[in-house]
Amino acid sequence: MIYVVIVFLWTSILLYLLLGGADFGAGIIELFTSGKNRSRTRKTMYEAIGPIWEANHMWLIIAIVILFVGFPKIYSTISVYLHIPLVCMLLGIIARGTAFVFRNYDAVKDDMQKLYSPIFMYSSLITPLFLGIIAASSVSAKIDLKASNFPDAYIWSWLNWFSVSVGVFTVSICAFLASIFIIGQTDQPADTRYFVNKARKTIFIVMISGALVFIAAYIEHVPLMDWIFGGYPGMLAIGLASLSLLLMFYMLQKEKPVLLRLLAGFQITMILFAATYTHFPNIVLLKNEATLSLLAHQGQAKTIDSLGYALLIGSIFILPALFYLIYIFQKKENTSQT
Amino acid sequence: MDDLLAARLQMAFSLGFHIVFACIGMVMPFFMSVAHFYWLKTKNAVYKDVTKAWSKGVAIFFATGAVSGTVLSFELGLLWPGFMEHAGPIFGMPFSLEGTAFFIEAIALGFYLYGWNKLNPWFHWVTGVIVGISGLLSGILVVAANAWMNSPAGFDYINGQYLNIDPIKAMFNDAWFTQALHMSIAAFVSTGFAVAGVHALMILRRRNVAFHSKAFKIAAVFGAVAACLQPISGDISAKDVAIRQPAKLAAMEAHFHTERSAGLIIGGIPDTAGKKVDYALKIPGLLSFMATGDFNGEVKGLDQVPKSEQPPVAVTHYAFQIMVGLGMVMVGIALLYFIALWKKKHWQKAPWLLKLFVVATPMGFIALEAGWTVTEVGRQPWIIYGIMRTSDAVTPMPGVVYSFYLFTAVYISLTLIVSVLLYRQITMVGRLYDSSSDQHQLK
Repeated sequence: MIYVVIVFLWTSILLYLLLGGADFGAGIIELFTSGKNRSRTRKTMYEAIGPIWEANHMWLIIAIVILFVGFPKIYSTISVYLHIPLVCMLLGIIARGTAFVFRNYDAVKDDMQKLYSPIFMYSSLITPLFLGIIAASSVSAKIDLKASNFPDAYIWSWLNWFSVSVGVFTVSICAFLASIFIIGQTDQPADTRYFVNKARKTIFIVMISGALVFIAAYIEHVPLMDWIFGGYPGMLAIGLASLSLLLMFYMLQKEKPVLLRLLAGFQITMILFAATYTHFPNIVLLKNEATLSLLAHQGQAKTIDSLGYALLIGSIFILPALFYLIYIFQKKENTSQT
Repeated sequence: MDDLLAARLQMAFSLGFHIVFACIGMVMPFFMSVAHFYWLKTKNAVYKDVTKAWSKGVAIFFATGAVSGTVLSFELGLLWPGFMEHAGPIFGMPFSLEGTAFFIEAIALGFYLYGWNKLNPWFHWVTGVIVGISGLLSGILVVAANAWMNSPAGFDYINGQYLNIDPIKAMFNDAWFTQALHMSIAAFVSTGFAVAGVHALMILRRRNVAFHSKAFKIAAVFGAVAACLQPISGDISAKDVAIRQPAKLAAMEAHFHTERSAGLIIGGIPDTAGKKVDYALKIPGLLSFMATGDFNGEVKGLDQVPKSEQPPVAVTHYAFQIMVGLGMVMVGIALLYFIALWKKKHWQKAPWLLKLFVVATPMGFIALEAGWTVTEVGRQPWIIYGIMRTSDAVTPMPGVVYSFYLFTAVYISLTLIVSVLLYRQITMVGRLYDSSSDQHQLK
């Protein structure tokens, strides 16, 4: 049953990265779009994410609940030593979620929009930045359980070039996902061309920020090269991701939105796979080669069993409903367009 | 301010904020579904307008409740890592189920809000009902987790270790039913009175009267029925607390000395040092009757509890008085409303009755917050009753006080923005929702 729970944990993180990520990306793209194109970008984005945007963020809650029920030691260690970036991420989540609702449900569209929109856009940037920082910090061996002063325990645990570069990389991935997703959401040829151009730019940014991660890892003595290129699965995953990126450039010219989305999803899955599989079952790498492991630090058998059953039963209810929700609104949009 | 107090206050503010949004988010869908049902049955357009207006409210409150709930799931660990490390695997069951219920609520809300003219009308209606049911289920599950802190079950505590964990037994602990019942009804009372009060005010101002009258009636009936049920559930809770957590009951009542035929203390200023209550009204024997069902029953006082395990008396006592007092006022208003519904129909349009509802607008939520203060402060100094002290659970990180200031500022600004938003929704009813109004834009 422990493997069922681990699969759910990994899948929730992946889905949050994909769906929540595309959602964050919508705000990031809006932030980096000049004034005259902003409103059409926003409108297309809103139509795309409106019905499912709440559900997209549930994956984070599922992941966190799995962590604190099944792996309490891991949850409490991260909570203590990464307190500050977690608080920053939470502030981003609060600001973003409320600003999104406020700007779409305010009965009067006036100067208040000038308050909501920047909050929405900047928090869309800050939240994934800190998510990336937290993820990187949990494997960069900077958390020191024996630290005796405040900066060593609570600041240098997460503030380093590697963590920040992964944060930036996460932001660029979100922008990339959103820019691919938006291509299929419009039937105006001019808009499509505009969005395709945008997608090309974000792909370059992903590649540059990805390279920066490797440089930062080198500076901070994080053996990233060994993790990814030390074994065949990692090499294979990154190889496939690179190949599909080439394919994606070709497809961008053909403007095949569904295929583009699948490719984007595939690439992110491969990146997450390459980033996590080497350490498995370790999930947190601490200073002095101490680790927190999904197997060694799991809860008692009865807890894991009931958690596994709860997740299985839950997914029987959730997944069909979620697919139907996505299906029905995609279908209606397409029929209303023709 | 020390870190423990800062952490407790931050948790209290976060929960106190979340609970208002969570309650409205789980109860308003029921109001909305009733209005929607009348629209489908009678084809009276006013009901459709009310449904649409309320669904906007649901969207705003649900989203705010969802983010504040996400924050709480992290705050549990950020502020109380010592607690979560041991409690997580034991009381996690309701949280994992709640994840499902909440997810379904989000999906159903997606269908509901964007489903107008896209779905089969009755399927559309059912998705609205599902929003309400899954919201209510989420609420019950989360309260079951809180009940476990008051009534720990499903593990053996041996030499400081938590062994033989049984998550199902932990979920169905002794307190889950009484607490979930009391809280669910409270959610209906507070939301019912808050919504009814707002619509009553608009009727008094002669704005879109047909629209607001229909809305008022639905909310007022829900609120009034729930208000009359709440004392019964309160009585069940009191008897339960008397057995499980005598220290909490003693603090609620500022009952310092164990005695038979104990009197019920109403109001007053507790004097913890002198172990007495000044300026209180005392009804002989009533506390014994309420706690044990017998006017001569023995009620344990704070003298039975070691000093180091006593909860703060004054806060618990005042909060309890506020909750019961406001609850009784709402029962009174509810009874008057029932008379208006069945006997004196002309009262329904009488300004004095509407004014009473306007005055009562915040009462339910004040009572609700006071009730949670009783539960949480009355459990102190324990975070897991009798097992773990709150002071042993708090994060080792210094400087929690800054995080407290930060979150307080965030919650205050959010409260202000939501208030502006609601004010605008309500004043714009004529233009946005009431299709019979002259100013309506969307005809």
